[in-house]
Amino acid sequence: MYATSEFDHAFLKTRNAQFRAQVERRISGALTEDEFKPLRLMNGLYLQLHAYMLRVAIPYGTLSSAQMRQLAMIADRWDKGYGHFTTRQNIQFNWPRLRDVPDMLDALAEVGMHAIQTSGNCVRNVTADHFAGAAADEIADPRPVAELLRQWSTDHPEFQFLPRKFKIAITGSPNDRAVTRAHDIGLRMVLRDGQRGFEVIVGGGLGRTPVIGKVLSDFIPEADLLPYIEAILSTYNSFGRRDNKYKARIKIMVNELGLDEVRTRVQSRFDALRREWSGADQAILRDLRHAFTPPAFRVAPTEAFDAAYQADPVFRAFADTNLSAHWQEGYTIVTISLKAHGATPGDASADQMRVLADLAERYGHEELRISHEQNVILPHVHKSDLPALHAGLKAAGLATANVGLVSDIIACPGMDYCALATARSIPVAQDIARRFQAREQEIGGMKIKISGCINACGHHHVGHIGILGLDRAGVENYQITLGGDATQTAALGERAGPGFAYDQIVPAIERLVEAYLSLRSHPQEDFITVFRRLGAQPFKDALYQTGERADAA
Amino acid sequence: MSIRFSPSVVTANDLFEGDVVYLTASGAWSRIHRQAQVFTEEAQAQAALTQAQAQPERLVGAYLAPARLGPDGPEPAHFREAFRARGPSNYPHGKQADRMC
Repeated sequence: MYATSEFDHAFLKTRNAQFRAQVERRISGALTEDEFKPLRLMNGLYLQLHAYMLRVAIPYGTLSSAQMRQLAMIADRWDKGYGHFTTRQNIQFNWPRLRDVPDMLDALAEVGMHAIQTSGNCVRNVTADHFAGAAADEIADPRPVAELLRQWSTDHPEFQFLPRKFKIAITGSPNDRAVTRAHDIGLRMVLRDGQRGFEVIVGGGLGRTPVIGKVLSDFIPEADLLPYIEAILSTYNSFGRRDNKYKARIKIMVNELGLDEVRTRVQSRFDALRREWSGADQAILRDLRHAFTPPAFRVAPTEAFDAAYQADPVFRAFADTNLSAHWQEGYTIVTISLKAHGATPGDASADQMRVLADLAERYGHEELRISHEQNVILPHVHKSDLPALHAGLKAAGLATANVGLVSDIIACPGMDYCALATARSIPVAQDIARRFQAREQEIGGMKIKISGCINACGHHHVGHIGILGLDRAGVENYQITLGGDATQTAALGERAGPGFAYDQIVPAIERLVEAYLSLRSHPQEDFITVFRRLGAQPFKDALYQTGERADAA
Repeated sequence: MSIRFSPSVVTANDLFEGDVVYLTASGAWSRIHRQAQVFTEEAQAQAALTQAQAQPERLVGAYLAPARLGPDGPEPAHFREAFRARGPSNYPHGKQADRMC
């Protein structure tokens, strides 16, 4: 794993000392809130509905056991004993006090972590495929490039005041688990004539103007990637709109200038600055590759797994839903669900974090990942260790066998915490999970995603079923979108029709699920496949009971 | 066109705790919504808000929030304010944990 350098440590120490002084000046009255707000946001500190919230980056979703333990310590010491993992591979602490935040940042720095650029109009935490370095379908681990991007974009003097925030996602696999088409820049590793490079997607994003990203270049050689991205950022910095916050994202620039014109301007900028790149970035990238070398895998029999699989139906259900193919024979990727039925999606208690850290140490080469789907992953587990790992997870309430099923819901914090929210998300997710708990294996693969406002942190546009909570005349109201897809076949869901009241949204989802079950041609045909075969109409009929009304008339 | 004024309380977040606070009739700040003063006259509400905004050493983001009189005192008139007055619905944290609502 990448270990932070002396440079990183010195940088964080200086930065944290600066912020400590800024907090003191705010408390003494030397800084007004208007002056302090941009400074606290640059350090990940928000003020939410009930309290401050500290958003900490987990770069490309990768954590060590030591880092996870430190997050648990912070949750216990300065928060309410839990943390919330987000769709941007961050962790949020919901209850810090202002005076404690400098100490929290120092504690994070002890393990090389920070909250820098988790807010503001800058390049945000670079997210990656949570199976990076482990997935069987991967060309190569994208994280050395992700770390290079992190180093390059952190405190980059030219890109601290972009027109708007800027999100980059990267994957090394053809199967897109990083939602690359819904980011300002999405990077998909590709091979051409044996040479490694990236398809560069630009202008994707969700929020109030959802757009599927467009291919700006189908192949940029790896050595040209950073200057090419700098050319994109530079073009955006020059031509992105600053007159209207809601038209300031790069997707609007791409829409207004047109993809061809953007490509021309980026190319022209690239041609001008490419020669200024001496190759230092490639030297750093070579070093970074050593930091991301795979752990020392062992060759061992897997009979223990086979025996448990045959003997224990609970273990079998876990193995059937929560494991993914690893490139190394005998190994598997374990997804640990943070979606126990009725629990808050993405939340882990400090005790659970410590169990996760311990289990990763014992069975997973001390490595953990956080997925944008708000789950935890142990990327390298030998199959023979699975029965013991499963027992350890079960004891901590972490063995829920529902990954990819109807209760594995993405939900933003919504009105329960977020100052921007227009309705609650969490209780809707809790109710749906409980409602379908007994039947979810029968229902099969299903992606439900819930956002509590149009900013779409809950990715509702790319859910098979998306739910958007709104405030309609002072009452919570939920719109449903159908047919979204977050993968390599990315699609935006289409709005089904009028919204539903808070107490009607779960019954509405139930009607959709019933319709799906009656429409699928076989149990393996998942919701999105049926939707693509039949279109939205039969689902709308079920949702609004228009079919029945037509029958009655 | 101005939006019609509705009865309101003055609310903000505490600078140090981040917690929600309300202006009371005595001019003090309370964490409990039902102790808030409800302003029925717009001019008085605006004057109180201006005073609150002049206290940056202890408050952040003061604003007028719609409220109505209930049997036990002022109640939030919008569901967002009801969550601010109580705490989140997924855990017994915030004011509800401290019997502040």
